[in-house]
Amino acid sequence: MTKRPDAERIVITGIGLTAPNGNSLPEFRRALLNGESGVESYEIRYFGKTLAGVCHFDNLKYASRRELRRGTRAGSIAVYCAHEAVADSQVDWDTVPKDRVGVYLGITEHGNVETENEIYQIKQYDYDCAFWSHHHNPRTVANSPAGEVTLSMKITGPHYTLGAACAAGNAGLIQGVQQLRLGEVDFALAGGVSESIHTFGIFAAFAAEGALARHDDPAKASRPFDAARNGIVVSEGGAVYTLERLSDAKARGARIYGEIIGYGMNSDATDFILPNAVRQAECMRKALANAGLAPADIDIVNTHATATVSGDINEMEAVRDVFGGTESTYINNTKSFIGHAMGAAGVLELAGNLPSFEDGVVHPTINVDELDPKCAFPTLVLNNPLEGKDIRVILNNSFGMVGINAVLIVARYEA
Amino acid sequence: MTKPEIRTAIIDILSDIAPDEDYAQLKDDVSFREQLSMDSMDMLDIVLELRKRFKIQIPEEDYPHLVSMESTLDYLEPLLADK
Repeated sequence: MTKRPDAERIVITGIGLTAPNGNSLPEFRRALLNGESGVESYEIRYFGKTLAGVCHFDNLKYASRRELRRGTRAGSIAVYCAHEAVADSQVDWDTVPKDRVGVYLGITEHGNVETENEIYQIKQYDYDCAFWSHHHNPRTVANSPAGEVTLSMKITGPHYTLGAACAAGNAGLIQGVQQLRLGEVDFALAGGVSESIHTFGIFAAFAAEGALARHDDPAKASRPFDAARNGIVVSEGGAVYTLERLSDAKARGARIYGEIIGYGMNSDATDFILPNAVRQAECMRKALANAGLAPADIDIVNTHATATVSGDINEMEAVRDVFGGTESTYINNTKSFIGHAMGAAGVLELAGNLPSFEDGVVHPTINVDELDPKCAFPTLVLNNPLEGKDIRVILNNSFGMVGINAVLIVARYEA
Repeated sequence: MTKPEIRTAIIDILSDIAPDEDYAQLKDDVSFREQLSMDSMDMLDIVLELRKRFKIQIPEEDYPHLVSMESTLDYLEPLLADK
């Protein structure tokens, strides 16, 4: 492993999240080990009945009704997760210099929900733009979800979002690591959020591509690697991590969930939608090189697979290329429980796996009734948790449209 | 509309914009901003809602009339007399 001085080692000291099957890491982890899906029946204007991963967090826990009305759903999710992360970190927030805190949140998209709402509103007035809301611009600027966090928590350091399609959550964490190493901030709130289930457009577009999941039982709809998989379940969600330099975390005696020891990002440069297994494998190798690790050093590969026919096959081809021959690198998938939380996907899925460092359990990929032979891998953990393993290093994959890949490697903290 | 009817409608609009406030305590001769911690975006919300509900277009130079309940009612009463 690459050895760095403590001031360059970046550790995770707090996690706040909302997923369709849990509103805290303990709740989420319990659901993943108990095989509980968070997918439910859902209906949205114009598109009609479908399925989605819906979050049920208390949106008034850290915001007033007035603030909720003023802001966006993505902002509401971000505010909840950021407050929860800071509380979880047990940092003495009042004494943290707020100008030295940075907020870096990944988003797949932002503004579609708010724009659709405005167009729906002015339709009632024969598209008279005099009825278009003055709230449209502040709600749709791309930094809005991160900015809402700074407004709520009185943070005066930098904030911005990172647009990286479905690799965005991991990009948010990578940005946090880099800014801490650069010395730009001393405390980072990093992760990703998604409000995508509130835009009919995303459902309609996935349906048009033949990539929207359908199933009579919502809990069975998200089924990566299964031969009968038929597409993506769109979900909302968020996860925000507090990141600190190891030296700072040690100085305040912080609990450490794990250390981000490596990352890689690259671009396919081949297609708007179709994934590229060669570039995905390159991205994983880039992250391994960054961490100074060999493939056999990885204990869990948490896949991105979304349950599209081509996406799952491509990723497993890449996994086979990098990890073929390893005997104790277990492969799992979290979307089988929660669907695809878009900009939050990578960070939520990684969070769901971090407790493996302590409990030694690898959560499974559920809903695999008949494994697609093209997705087979000897150590794929199917349907039941794998217990009693010494998990030291997790690699998390996140890939997005227009060919963007982001891979993170997190290690159990060892002094 | 009569003044009491307009007042009820304004309270309804304000309740949407600032739902956490206690409107039973609202003083008609004190500014909305002072009592309800409203800002310029909230004031624009009042203008937009009046446009939607009563189809009246309030020119920007008249916005100062919407400072308190009393001044708002005085301003709106002739405009909403036929509504």
